[in-house]
Amino acid sequence: MIPVAFDYERATSAEQALSLLAEHGDDAKLIAGGHSLLPLMKYRLAAPAVLIDIGRLEELSYIRDEGGELAIGALTRHFDVENSDLVQSQVGLLAAATAEVGDPQVRHRGTIGGAMAHGDPASDLPAALIALRGSLVIDGPSGRRQVDADSFFTGFLETALSEEEMLVEVRVPKMPESTWSFQKFNRRAQDWAIVGSAVVINNDSCGVGLVNMDSRPIRASAVEEAISNGASATEASELAAEGCEPPADINAGVDYRRHLARVLTRRGLEESGR
Amino acid sequence: MQVTININGQSVSHDVEPRTLLVHFIREQAALTGTNIGCDSSSCGACTIHLNGEAVKSCTMLAVQADGQEVTTIEGLADGDALHPMQQAFHECHALQCGYCTPGMVMAAVSLLDEKPDATEAEVREGLEGNLCRCTGYHNIVKAVLQVGGAK
Repeated sequence: MIPVAFDYERATSAEQALSLLAEHGDDAKLIAGGHSLLPLMKYRLAAPAVLIDIGRLEELSYIRDEGGELAIGALTRHFDVENSDLVQSQVGLLAAATAEVGDPQVRHRGTIGGAMAHGDPASDLPAALIALRGSLVIDGPSGRRQVDADSFFTGFLETALSEEEMLVEVRVPKMPESTWSFQKFNRRAQDWAIVGSAVVINNDSCGVGLVNMDSRPIRASAVEEAISNGASATEASELAAEGCEPPADINAGVDYRRHLARVLTRRGLEESGR
Repeated sequence: MQVTININGQSVSHDVEPRTLLVHFIREQAALTGTNIGCDSSSCGACTIHLNGEAVKSCTMLAVQADGQEVTTIEGLADGDALHPMQQAFHECHALQCGYCTPGMVMAAVSLLDEKPDATEAEVREGLEGNLCRCTGYHNIVKAVLQVGGAK
């Protein structure tokens, strides 16, 4: 399978990438590792006229300790995130969820920024970022802005990024004492989650993000509230599918997905010590 | 556009369309057909090669993305007539039947042990999750990998 023909531009700096985006606008797509975009192009579900390759911008590949938060450059590969001592010790849930993405070959190419910017509700990392109450740093013609994970994911493969903007950094609060669990249900190794549940408990606060339970990655607010009001894992997880509109497909219908959300969230809460 | 990739120590330069996949560049421009195309959708791992020493799926990369980089294919593993230890172990453990997945499986296995020299059996199985084999049931493949390295 070969993508539709396109023009190729290789950016040598983040600044140049932004000016290329400004120049080509709607016709252009950014490509980093390409593990979400290239399959879509090969299936001809996407046919950008211009591909702007940001894969070599080393300036956007880093994991930094910035006091209360870790700052992770958008072009940091999954492999580097999952094996980072800093991520493992400070934000264990993110390391664990990243290790669930695809397979080793995919994680050698795919980037954290790419996974977020793709905005796929079936993707593991956005749900983890929601649970962790992380945020995303966006650069564009009108300067930098920071958006929290809940407002970044706006719909199916849609995010708060405008055509002329680029995701440059992912920020996650450090929580070395947290307990967490990443529950993913699929039928074959390396498949997308039919449903997933990312749970983190940090002191008295609880975060729960769901994979593939709506048209976008979504927070299980009712579960979080119940836990902070002292509910047990069993009681709280009963509320996991509340407010969700899960898709129905060949793998699972709506009711089954709701069931999975409750079961996986209960297991996640229990594994996190609730 | 002109793309130059160092493949198995040789510089290969061709004028290709930007949409040329790396696996096609390897098979057609470099004429190295050991790397197979299986699912063509980054699931099966038959097209696994090393990019700068790490296993990647060459069906899900553009040749231009590898411009100026180093690629190793299955043809680049052996030292003359002497098989790479992983190839030798696959041979000795009968880790293949039809052989279609083998080039990708071997490349993935070498990369796995580079990263986890003390991999346990479970880690080997998980580390090879990106490579499908329809013949062997994986058992002898895992045995071969553990013969070369991994936790004894």
